Parts: sequence; C-alpha cells; structure tokens
Amino acid sequence: MKISEKWLREWVELDATTAEIEHQLIMSGTELDGINPVASAFTHVVVGQIKSIDAHPDADRLRVCQVDVGADELLQIVTNATVAVEQKVPVAMIGANLPDGAGKPFKIKKSKLRGVLSQGMFCGSETLGMGEAGEGLLAIPADAKLGADLRDVLDLNDVVLDLDSTPNRADLLSVAGVARELGVIMQAPVTEASFAPVTSSIDDSLPITISADDLCQRYAGRIIRDVNTQAETPLWMVEKLRRSDIRSLSAVVDITNYVMLELGQPMHGFDFDKLTGGITVRNAVDGEKLTLLDGKEATLRADTLVIADDNQALALAGIMGGADSAVTDSTTNIYLESAYFVPEKIMGKARSYGLHTDSSHRFERGVSPDLQIKAMERATQLIMDICGGSVGPINDICTNDTLQQRDAIAFKRNQVKRHLGIEVDDARIEDIMTRLGCTLKTTDTGWSITPPIFRFDLATPEDVVEEIARIYGYDNIPSRLRPMVPLIVPQEETKVTEDTLRNLLVTRGYQEAITYSFVSPDMELMLNPAHDDIKLANPISEDLSTMRSTLWSGLIPAVDKNLKRQQNRVRFFETGLSFVNTDNGIVQRKKIAGAITGSRYPEHWDKQPELVDFYDIKGDVEALLAESTANYYHFVPVAHPALHPGQSAEIVSDNNVIGWLGALHPRIEKKLGLSQSIFLFELDIDFILQKELPSFRQLSRFPSIRRDIALVVDEHVSFVAIEQALNAVDIEQFINYSLFDVYIGAGIDEGQKSLALGLIFQDFSRTLEEQDITGYVETIVASLETATGATLRQ
Amino acid sequence: MTQLVDLMEQAHKELSAASSLAALDEVRVHYLGKKGQLTAQLKQLGKLPPEERRAAGQEINRVKQSLQLAIDSRKTALQEEALNAQLEAEKIDITLPGRKMDTGSLHPVTRTSKRIQEIFMQLGFNVEEGPEIEDDYHNFTALNIPDHHPSRASHDTFYFDDGNLLRTHTSPVQIRTMENKQPPLRIIAPGRVYRCDSDVTHSPMFHQVEGLMVDKDVTFADLKGILDAFFKAFFEDDNFKTRFRPHYFPFTEPSAETDIQCVLCDGDGCKVCGHTGWIEVMGCGMVNPAVFRHVGIDPDIYTGFAFGFGIDRLAMLRYGIDDLRKLFDNDVRFLKQFA
Repeated sequence: MKISEKWLREWVELDATTAEIEHQLIMSGTELDGINPVASAFTHVVVGQIKSIDAHPDADRLRVCQVDVGADELLQIVTNATVAVEQKVPVAMIGANLPDGAGKPFKIKKSKLRGVLSQGMFCGSETLGMGEAGEGLLAIPADAKLGADLRDVLDLNDVVLDLDSTPNRADLLSVAGVARELGVIMQAPVTEASFAPVTSSIDDSLPITISADDLCQRYAGRIIRDVNTQAETPLWMVEKLRRSDIRSLSAVVDITNYVMLELGQPMHGFDFDKLTGGITVRNAVDGEKLTLLDGKEATLRADTLVIADDNQALALAGIMGGADSAVTDSTTNIYLESAYFVPEKIMGKARSYGLHTDSSHRFERGVSPDLQIKAMERATQLIMDICGGSVGPINDICTNDTLQQRDAIAFKRNQVKRHLGIEVDDARIEDIMTRLGCTLKTTDTGWSITPPIFRFDLATPEDVVEEIARIYGYDNIPSRLRPMVPLIVPQEETKVTEDTLRNLLVTRGYQEAITYSFVSPDMELMLNPAHDDIKLANPISEDLSTMRSTLWSGLIPAVDKNLKRQQNRVRFFETGLSFVNTDNGIVQRKKIAGAITGSRYPEHWDKQPELVDFYDIKGDVEALLAESTANYYHFVPVAHPALHPGQSAEIVSDNNVIGWLGALHPRIEKKLGLSQSIFLFELDIDFILQKELPSFRQLSRFPSIRRDIALVVDEHVSFVAIEQALNAVDIEQFINYSLFDVYIGAGIDEGQKSLALGLIFQDFSRTLEEQDITGYVETIVASLETATGATLRQ
Repeated sequence: MTQLVDLMEQAHKELSAASSLAALDEVRVHYLGKKGQLTAQLKQLGKLPPEERRAAGQEINRVKQSLQLAIDSRKTALQEEALNAQLEAEKIDITLPGRKMDTGSLHPVTRTSKRIQEIFMQLGFNVEEGPEIEDDYHNFTALNIPDHHPSRASHDTFYFDDGNLLRTHTSPVQIRTMENKQPPLRIIAPGRVYRCDSDVTHSPMFHQVEGLMVDKDVTFADLKGILDAFFKAFFEDDNFKTRFRPHYFPFTEPSAETDIQCVLCDGDGCKVCGHTGWIEVMGCGMVNPAVFRHVGIDPDIYTGFAFGFGIDRLAMLRYGIDDLRKLFDNDVRFLKQFA
C-alpha cells in the first residue's frame, strides 16, 4: 500500500526522519518497495489566476494570457493549454527549475513565442512529476492564495512510502493501522480513530437480512438523502488519494476510498433509488448474472456471497459493486454499506472471478469487525461536509454475538526461552504486549493474553513469541552455533553417488546442462510419439507446456542452439527427473542423459579430425555402467522412434530396460534442420547405483599365456553372441579375452566378417604347456562354431 | 720387447682413431682376439728361453690388460657419444599441446549446490529429495497454507488438470521427511522448483535448498547461528554479515527474512543491493506447530527451524553472473567458464 508520509504523521507523532521510519518498518517486518517524492523537485512554481485571454496574432493554437501571480503587475504568458478566464493555474516563474523525469534540470527563461513575450509557463501534472501526460494543467484549490508557492499550497514536500506488509498483517492496510504499528515500535503517541456519530435527521432505513451468516457476520447500512453527488472532491483529498495511487472519480466514491485508506474499512455506496425492497446478504444462485462496475457481466456460483435487494444481486460482496446500482452523477439518495465478511470464507473468491480489488484484498486478509460503525460515521461526516444531505440512522446487523471478542491466549513465560533461546524480562514482555494493544492477566506460569480485535494473526502462544521477538528486535537475539550431536548417516560404500557419475562425464569432456523440465509438445511428440503428454494447465508459453518424458527433449534443442552459435563440438549431459504418464499415474524417475556432436577430440596438431560416432557415446555409457559393478548390462539392438534404427540400442539389466543410446534419427535431424549428427544416451539413475564391495581374490604366481585367433563369421552375427559363447566356455584356465580387430573386405567372403580375438589362459598351480593351450583353443573354437557358426580363418 | 712397445703404440693410435663401436671392435679383435697380435705374442712365449718366459709373459699380460682397459674406456666414451647423438636427434618441441580429451564442467548451479551441501553436511545435515510434480497437500496444506490463503497467490503455481502441481518450493520434502522419520532431524533438500513467472529476474524454473532441524531444544538463536556460520563458510569470510528481519510465512513462526551483506560492495551500497548494503537471500523461521501436527510430531516436545533459499541466486552472487536466464541458456561458452 502506498501512503504519504505526511498523512501518516497526522496519525502518529514521530520525532524521526524518513530514513529512521523506513529502518524501523523494515526491521519490524514491513518491507518498503520504495520511497518516492510526491512531485519532482521543481522550484518557483506559484499559484496564478488568468485575468484575460487573447488570441496569438501569428499562431492559431497559442493564446496570450494575462496572469495575476499576486504581484503588482500581471505577467504575460503564452500557452497552448486549454485555459479559461479566472482559472487558477500553476505558474512556473522566470527562473523556475522544472526537472524532467530523469531529474535533469530545466530552467524557465523570459522568451518570445512566435514574436510574443512570454514571462513564464503554465504547468501540467506531468511537468511537475505528479501525473501522466495528457492530464492537462494541474488543478489548484479554489482558495489558494495568488502568488503562493505551489509546494506549500499542495503540501508537496512529502514522500510516498510504498509499504509491502505481509499477508498476515491486515491491520497494516490503512494509514491508521501503520501509524498504530509505528507508535508501538517507535514508542510514539498515536491519534485515536474515533469519530463523533452524525446525528440523523431522517428516519429512513432499509431492513437488512443476513441469510449467509457464515460468510457475513456484520452488515451496517445507512440512507443519506439529497446528496450532491456532483460536488467537487476537495483537493486535499484528491492529493492524498493520488499519493496512494487512487484516481479521483466522484465525491462519494472518493470518500469511500478515502475512508478505506484511512481506516482500512472498504465501503460501498449504492444509488438508493435503484434498490427495491430491503438488503439481503445471501449466497448467489448458481448461474445468476451480475454486471459489475467494470462493465463485465459475471456468472455467479452458489459459493459466492452477494448483496441483493428483493429483486436481484446488487454487488459481489467485498469484491466489487454492480453497475446497475452504482452511484452516478444523477444520484441524489445513497445507501452506504459497511460490512464484515469472514476472511477465510471469502478468500480466493475474487480471484476465482479473475478480480482483485482494494476491497477484496482487505476483506480476504481481515477487516477488523469493530471498524464498521467508525468508518460509517467518518464517511457520513465527510459526505455531509462535501456533498451535503440528510442522514438516516445506521441499521447495524451482527449475526455473531462473540464477533467483538477475542479468546485469551494462555502464554507460559518459558515459551520465550524455548523458542528464541533467550530470556526476556517479564516487565519487557508485558510492555511489548500491552503496547501492541493486548490485555494481560498474570497467571502462575505466565500470562493470559487477550489480543486486540484487529490482530487476526495473533491467536497462539507462538504468535505471541513472534511479537515479542519482533518488537524486542531480531538483531538483539544472539546468534548461537550450538554444539551438534553427531548424526552420522550410514555411508554405503556399495552406492554409486550421482556426483561420481557427473564427475566421470566431466572428466570425459562433458559440460553439464540444465534445461527446463517443461518442453515443447512438438519436441516430445517427435521423440516419443506413442506416449501420453503431461500438459501444464497454465504454462508460461506453448513452447514450455509439456513435461519432458525424456531429458533429450531439452538437450537436443540446447545442442542445436549451440551449433547455431558456431559451437560445433558439443558434449552435454544433464541429470533430472523425467515424467511419464502410466496406468498407475505419473512416474517421476531420475535420469542421466547425454548428447554429443562434432569432433571426437578437441582439434589437435597431430590428429586428423574425426567425428564422433555410436561407439564414442557407447564408450561413455560403458564407463558410467562400469561404476555400477553389481549389475550386468547388455546392449540390445532395438529401434526407438527418436533414434537411427540401425544405430540404436536398448540397455537391459535384469530384464529391466534401464536406458537407450544411439544416433538421433536422421528424419528428426532433418526436421530440426541440424547440420551435424547428434548421438544420445539416457540412463535411469536408480538402476546404475549399485556397486559391489571389492572382495580380494588370490593372484596366480604362474605366467598367463595369450593366444590370438582369427574367426570368420556371418556379418550379421553380433559380437554379443560371440561374447555369450565365450562366457559359456567352461575352462577354468580361460581367464580373459579381448577383441582386437574386426575386418570385412579382401580375403574374406562376401557376407562374412573376420574377428580377431586374444585368448588369455592361466592356471593357479602350474605353468600351462603348449598342449594344454592347444586343447583349450580347440574347445573354444568348437563352442563358438556351435553357437555362432564361426570358423577359424584359414 | 721393443716390438711390444711399438705394438702398443700402434694399438693406442688405432684405438683413438676408432670412431664407432664397430671400428673399436675391429681394433679389439686385431690385438686381443684369438688371432690377435697380443695373443700371437703369447703363443710365441714358448720359443723364448725358459728363464725369460715368466717376465715376458707377465709383461704381455700387463700390456694386454692395459689395452683392454683402454678399449673399455673408449667403448664407454663412444656409447656415451652415440647416446648423446640419439638424444639430440630425439629432441622435440615440448611446448606443443599434448593429446587430451578436454575436461568438461559442472553447471554453476550444481557446483554451488554441492558447496552448500558440503557445508551443511559438516553440520550433520543429510540430503533428502522428493518429487517435483507434487500434490496440493504436501506443497501447501501440510505447510499450513490452506486453500485460497493469500500467500498462495504469491506462489504463482503451475498446475495440472488433475489438481497436482509443480512444487513451488522444496518444502514438501521436509513434510515427506517428517512423515517418515522421527526427530532429531537435520536435513537439507536441494532441487528444482517452479513458479509461473518469467522476466529478467524470474525464471519459471529455478533451484532451492530447504533446510530443517528438529530437536527438543532448537531455538531461533540456533537458527541465526547456523545460517550465520553457513554464509561465513560459503563466502569464505569470517566477518561476513547477515541480518534477520521479521517476516511472515504460514509454515514458520516466528518467521524471518535473511539479508546478507552485499558481496559486490561489501555492504557499502551499490546498484545491485539498491544502495542498502544488503541483499535478501532467504526465508526462515521456527517451524509452526501446525506443521508439526500435520506430520505427527508433538510440538510440545519438539521445536525446529526451517529455511529456504535460492541456489541460483547464490551462484549468481558468488560468480558475478548478472542475468538469471544465462543459467538456463546452456551456452557452452558460458558453461566452460565454470570448469
């Protein structure tokens, strides 16, 4: 809420600078979004009055005015503004400084406009830093003395405090409330908000029925007849409203707004002659229509509270009035409303209709149930003063007898130490709570504390602790680094940490990327056409509207973006959740994924540049899987919609598909307009975190012997078949093997390939003899032939 | 004997002239080989009168030994020369770059998150994680934010049609932890969070660390102490200042916002801190008993504190990153700066 400092000071006597007030507010929990002067730092602008207006001899749009600024002689000022004789205007005198929006000074000099002398300038609101362009000349109070400094006339040596109070402090949404708070924290005397009742001069009143008494617990109304609704709002009020960012509309509306700012009670004025019968505060009928003040027609729901007459809904209670019953220039009789709505019952209602008003903002947070009559009397008096009229009695209906009562809080003095870690003197506690408006009664263990009616947020012992801490000062609570009892979590040696996986990829040249978890539905559809999208109901944009089912949805565009920035070698990985819709609901699983493109190694003087291929990314995947020694993984050639069908693999462990890798499908590459191939992998992290605890095995003292063989096999036989056959060989001395060449070409029949294997043998108890090795090799070759059709290359 | 002296003189001359190991070996064979000159001399001994044989034999052996030594020494010299020549020939430009796979880098957010975790782990906090698509109960209700509560409006929540949502903070993790574990508890929960807001200072996705400590005697003074210690450790400055201001969060009471001294101007006031010298980084407070009741912890026995702050913000302050959006742009030129 924005309020003028001067207005605030009318309510609390502060012997403090603006900076001190700011500091005190901040340190007691009310942030300030800004402190801004109410006008620019202009000088030498005075009140003038136009005495005569003549046409400019050489310019149609200019007029030559004679202006009385309270001096012996009239000033001649040439203007293009719309002016009238006798009008009071702000006059920038010769020598005046009118800083622009950026604070740059602008001096007014004697000048000639199209040959006619001009001894000053009239000022618009914008020129003075007090309004928007196009608002015309700044209005001057009718009683302002000619020649008086405008800064004094409009009390412009003032700032606006832009207060950002927390949502629990509804009591800080008014000038009186903020003044009261400052009174507490700065120990200053506060003006009491009490207004003498206006004596009624007529007997007219409307019957009020509150049928929705769970939503509305107090409703007060008053008829005021013969009101001059066209009366001009006094400038002091216009100025105060302006400083709180509220535009002056018409006297009655301005007055209700003014009272709302001053006391915190939102009010509403109806055109009494538009009402039929009495006032009913009721729930809306489902589908009931109401055209609101903003001109929009709302279709109401039954959970919504309305103010109605005998015919129809008149207003959305506590949110916005209706257009039909609004006070207009032709209104003469008004019905003034001042009510209390139960905050938790009307929370969110405005929002559900797409509305947020000053009124709903206050009612949702809580308007004190003791304010209604005060505000009614204050508004009535202002209406009488400004618009005149005959006042009827207040009809005040309260449906809750205990509305004005607050339950006492049983507060134990040891609560302070328990929550804050410090002792606070009893006297200090009593002083703080009393100044906050609480009533205290001493008990055996502490106090019975009754909070003031306006503090909705003060209801539990913890609330009391908070208030004590707040006023005592958070700064005055010591900072204590307590001795910590060790809480050692078991560090499982057999767990691979995510850090290990990340660091491994970093060592292998990957940059870690972080992409959004919501992606473009097009990308999702392209990569995973079969799956069921998880769409956000309210995305930032269509491009960020679908939860990623794979991290590739973010990584591929990230790679693409870098390629477009001439970064041709990209190696990205990311960890994070993927989101998949299944029959059992949404499954969120943590993945580690990578995307690589460009040259295999950084450019080097001794190496021919080579582009990455499937086996590069597979090597990285194998390195990751190698961390998780407890599991056996195999790569199965399976097609994936996002991947090249001939260069893609499903990674399987224990019958679980734990990931995928391969080349991005050329069709997708083409669609995305990618200039180079991208290779991808994605692994389900939870499946690769199990390590085996190392267990020592004896080493053989005898030499190992290697025998190389070359096999010829059908080219469609995959290496995994060879591996399976080798692993199935039951020879204890056959301890390892390696593949050291794959060859297709001259010397090998078409449709065949040659694989060169190194077989390694070792025994624990003796050095193996040539004949042993020969026997083993024969057995192995025979097994391979049976399993895969492989034969020894001749 | 004169013959022997001449022979030796000749031998030494040849020895000096031998410029390769092969030439040297020829010299050796010529004098000391089976058919060499000195061997021949020895064979001639028999022809001498017996009384001369002994002295002559000794003399020949002496000469032979001396020659062998000379040959060995010459050989060592030649070998040394050959090695030196080889070494000279093998000399390379050691300033040329080596063969390598460039090392990549962790994302600055991960890097910062790890640093935060390491500091809190030293204080006995454990890391917990939770789902990002959350239900309303864990994200709001259990945290004492009932339906339509005004503070919900400030959360700018992303919703799904089924009423679930993207977590707006990592606080649901503290609820899930308290539902499953009994105090004493010391946890931190780092992770992605989402708010439906996007401009220069807001990203619809960012990262938060939530911390929670619950025990029988946890106080606001402890909260201040631990956070104070954390920031001192994080910014490696024992005089680093923090400031606690009253605030309001439904899930804590008393609640505070924490400001740290501006790391750009050391608290003197600059553009980044709005000339206040302080930068707001965190919300915290004592766990509201209503939250304890939701998870079945007895607030009459236990007290606790909770705090939450943005990892991205700390990363930006630590590394001087001026625009939040750069963190999620994934420009390799940016990411490589954090190697």
